[in-house]
Amino acid sequence: MKPVFLKFSLYDFSEWIKSIHQWLIELAGPTIGHLLGLALVGTCFLLFTALLGLSVVYIERKVCAFFQQRLGPMRVGPYGTAQTVADIIKLLFKEPTMTKESDKFLFMLAPFIIMIAPFMVLAAIPFAKGLHVMDLNIGLFFILAVSSIGVTGILLAGWSSNNKYSLIGAMRSGAQIVSYELSVALSLLTIVVLTGSLQLSEIVASQADGWWIFKGNFPAIVAFIVFTIASTAETNRGPFDMAEAESEITAGFHTEYSGIKFAFFFLAEYVNLFIVSAVAATVFFGGWMPLHIGNIEFFNNAMDLIPPIVWFFMKIAVIMFLVMWFKWTFPRLRIDQLLTLEWKYLLPISVVNLLLMSFIALKGWHF
Amino acid sequence: MNTETVELGKETQEYFINMGPQHPSTHGVLRLLLTLDGEIIKKVEPHIGYIHRSIEKMCEHDSYQQIVHLTDRMDYLSCHMNNEAVCLAVEAGLQLEVPERVKVIRTIVSELTRLSSHQLWWGVMGMDLGAITTFLYGFRDREMITDIFEETCGARLTMNYNVPGGVMFDIHPNFQKRTKEFITHFKKKLPEYEELLTGNVIFEERTKDIGYLSKEDAISYGVTGPSGRASGFSCDIRKKHPYSAYDRVEFREVIHTDGDTYARYVVRMDEMRESMHIIEQLIDNIPEGEHKAKTKAVIKLPEGEYYQRIETARGELGVYVISDNKKSPYRVKFRSPGFSNLSALDTMARGCKIADLVAMMSTLDLVIPDIDR
Amino acid sequence: MKIAKSVARYIGDVIYALKTLLTGMKITGYYFFHPKEILTQQYPENRDTLKMFERFRGEVILIHDENNEHKCTGCSACEIACPNGTIEIINKREVDPETGKSTKAIDKFVYHLQMCTFCNLCIIACPTDAIKMSQDFEHAVFDRTQLTKVLNNPGSKLMPGIRE
Repeated sequence: MKPVFLKFSLYDFSEWIKSIHQWLIELAGPTIGHLLGLALVGTCFLLFTALLGLSVVYIERKVCAFFQQRLGPMRVGPYGTAQTVADIIKLLFKEPTMTKESDKFLFMLAPFIIMIAPFMVLAAIPFAKGLHVMDLNIGLFFILAVSSIGVTGILLAGWSSNNKYSLIGAMRSGAQIVSYELSVALSLLTIVVLTGSLQLSEIVASQADGWWIFKGNFPAIVAFIVFTIASTAETNRGPFDMAEAESEITAGFHTEYSGIKFAFFFLAEYVNLFIVSAVAATVFFGGWMPLHIGNIEFFNNAMDLIPPIVWFFMKIAVIMFLVMWFKWTFPRLRIDQLLTLEWKYLLPISVVNLLLMSFIALKGWHF
Repeated sequence: MNTETVELGKETQEYFINMGPQHPSTHGVLRLLLTLDGEIIKKVEPHIGYIHRSIEKMCEHDSYQQIVHLTDRMDYLSCHMNNEAVCLAVEAGLQLEVPERVKVIRTIVSELTRLSSHQLWWGVMGMDLGAITTFLYGFRDREMITDIFEETCGARLTMNYNVPGGVMFDIHPNFQKRTKEFITHFKKKLPEYEELLTGNVIFEERTKDIGYLSKEDAISYGVTGPSGRASGFSCDIRKKHPYSAYDRVEFREVIHTDGDTYARYVVRMDEMRESMHIIEQLIDNIPEGEHKAKTKAVIKLPEGEYYQRIETARGELGVYVISDNKKSPYRVKFRSPGFSNLSALDTMARGCKIADLVAMMSTLDLVIPDIDR
Repeated sequence: MKIAKSVARYIGDVIYALKTLLTGMKITGYYFFHPKEILTQQYPENRDTLKMFERFRGEVILIHDENNEHKCTGCSACEIACPNGTIEIINKREVDPETGKSTKAIDKFVYHLQMCTFCNLCIIACPTDAIKMSQDFEHAVFDRTQLTKVLNNPGSKLMPGIRE
């Protein structure tokens, strides 16, 4: 048995992961070792999501405050950094109320379903070289398919609450997510035309000499804009937060939820935000690939020094900031305008864009 | 649920929803009973009275000086105008000639109140439509006005600055300087308001051709103020029956004829400019003199009926006082603008969606304590 | 031709929409990248520098000078002027030790802060300027009874020469 941690490198995780895997198998035999590995990954993701939720909520509140000329949370911890921890503790201690007439089983089930989708999607995302749970050959398709499980949770939550506001919110969100899936898929396909593969690791590898948003000409930029708009809508964030439009239908589908069950919805929203940013970063901005410009050796070497995982999170942060910027600037759309935007603008644009990209790929005009 | 049984699959069922009394966008304790078909509104039935404090009845036991501070609590966003209305009614009853200085001070403070009310409305309008940032920006600029009020009148919201015969204190030495500072500041910030909301394509989509109110309906419901003027109903009391110093200033009565939510929005935005214009004309020309005419310690109005109407930030406020020559009035009745404006909501909202109703309510600029009194 | 026109209008719409949205984002972006514009005042921390305006109406106080003397004659003008019954004045008879004359003086100047609407009418009504509004605004207490205050200090006297 070799000491595993010696193999640790910030630039390539594959050796490290492999050695942990072997160590586990040597320790407990092939079957139990494998199961232990799964449990380890699950624990890692649980911790990761919890930390992610805490930090993204804090960042969102700070970003929102700066847009609004405020300071944001400042009381708990230095610069309010422990504010979200305090919030979570408060939510844990709150009574989980339930309305008398609600469908109790579905009511309890909905928060779990809504959390399952982001967890499954996280499994397919390559965080750095060698740091992904499963490298499916249909990774992008898997992400698209699994992320729409979340809407079931919203619909169940709205239906089982037995509250008309919740029901309106759930129905709105159903219509919204089903329509916006199309644009998300089409805009991602635009890049798949260039890579020729749905495997996320290959998509990342194909961007070693430049990110698709730069290499893919004009259609790649259009695809990115469409993806940003459509994925904002898919994550139920403003200006598309129809499902929980607080000035119209109080809190939409989670009106009746309190305590930790509400926290699940809240957490899922922020993990979803992270996921769409991660997908955008992987497909359009080269995943964990560092920024390389042409043949400037000095610059490229300097960029290589920054570990890939830092690159990945930096890209995600930039995209998340963009999405937050939308949310804190624009008024909300109405539900029919939301669908008009999708079916009359985003969908035709992305179809034309996809055709254009196929043409470019055929002619080999991309870089 | 609707009692009518409808055949499934052929027709949808109407349902009721209680919007309020605790709801984020009813701006207080207003309850709207909505009859909905899906998201389409079939009928809106406002239920009021959740914050009724019997101010009119309380007036019957208070002296005329004491009545004034109660009116602060009606339409708290145009509290100075409410006070002024009562004071003008009492002064008319006493046939008291107030000094010129008082008239000008009252006009300036009234217009500042109108500006602060409209700023708050702008912020809340944005928030109702989902742009929360506008709320903070609106409050940012309003803060300067409340500071001016705090320095001169002693309070930020319920100022109680008027007394029968004049104003409670003379203006603070910093008043003119601060007001001018505010005007220059706000002239820079108003274009920001326009860029953030007015020009925004989502905002235009949300407000244009929504909640149409015709001129005839506006007149028959008695919709006054900016909401009425957006339907083409010329109803500015400042022009029609000038009081205080409005007869000597030059300003435009903002009238639009579209009658939709967007027109009501634009009227208010333009009114902010007109208010600034009025203040600019008066701020350097405050005549010297007393800040209060001499009145007796106990005011007794001669027997009779007195009516005074003024233009608040929401519309026409009428104060009707019946006196029987005693210390306190026999009967006081307020014609509050919010009550009449709310009554038009049903006509406007039919056939619209819930989201539109929220936009409509915010452009009617309802203040619920004003409706219930 | 017609199709070309409508396509042009479609593209024009999209560009116009993007332009107006970007104008809005420019404004919020400006404030994000200029943290100097932040207006938040951190309240309990800035207590030392926070100064209310002199006319600010915090609560009614009875002015005492260094000899523990006040100007209130107990005329009840403020009590009458108050719309809410906030002020209660309890008088007593006091015998002047020098002249032997019995005069009226305040025993207790009771002020119910919980009923006060801060309308300033009592201050205006006072003929001797004995009371004023203080700038203290931190009124929160744990017990409602603490809001009923006696404003005259124990053992305080009327300032000489006020009654005339």
